[in-house]
Amino acid sequence: MNLRRDVFQAIADPTRRAILLLVASQAMTAGAIASNFDTARPTVSKHLAILTECELLSQEQNGREIYYHFNARKMKEVADFIEPFRQMWEDRFNKIETIMKKFKTK
Amino acid sequence: MEMKTKIAAEDGKQEMVITREFDLPLELLFRAYTDLEIVEEWMTSKVVKLENRKGGSYQLEKKDDKGNVVFAAGGVIHEFIPERKITRTFEMANAPAGVQLEIYQFERLSDDKSKLRMHVIYESTAQRDQVMQWGFSQGINMAHDRLQAAVAGKVK
Repeated sequence: MNLRRDVFQAIADPTRRAILLLVASQAMTAGAIASNFDTARPTVSKHLAILTECELLSQEQNGREIYYHFNARKMKEVADFIEPFRQMWEDRFNKIETIMKKFKTK
Repeated sequence: MEMKTKIAAEDGKQEMVITREFDLPLELLFRAYTDLEIVEEWMTSKVVKLENRKGGSYQLEKKDDKGNVVFAAGGVIHEFIPERKITRTFEMANAPAGVQLEIYQFERLSDDKSKLRMHVIYESTAQRDQVMQWGFSQGINMAHDRLQAAVAGKVK
């Protein structure tokens, strides 16, 4: 499997964004991260591999455990954060569209 | 997913342009921005005041369960042309984002399609970039909320 991915693709996925949010608050093991999700463990592992591959997360050995750290500097490189910002507007506009469609008369 | 919203924010500039096409007649799109109750619904904030006229002002406020104000914003309307254009200032209370100038242009594309063009001008490039970074953290929080909703079985 080709794990070389675009950073944008990495953060476009809601589960991966949630993982970043978790790890941004504190370094965590894969098990601790997975326990926050109702998703199969291998799926979470795949997300972690993608995030690590594009350097948004880094791994650090601590005794027998491997901890995932959030790489804030890499995150800053993500084109001035434009894609998540765009996504925020997209969500807001979608909401307007949904609300206003109720007023449509055929 | 289709990308309906486009953002143009060139490096080193203190402005951005956000455009979006809606599957809505122009009349309904404009109403979404001018009807107090509808604005409340999509902003999920209380609209304390919304005076749709030149020289009028508007005020938004959001409180938590205990009644503490967690978000407050407002500004003055400088131009109000029904179904065409709104020019207003926007300022968030207790945030170092300064005052921004917002120019909304509404355009009819067909009987049931319309377009919004939002031109936003900030005091400085640094401020524009700061606002975009907040968008990032908000986006990540929303992703988190959606995830929780999905887990609770509300979505998908």
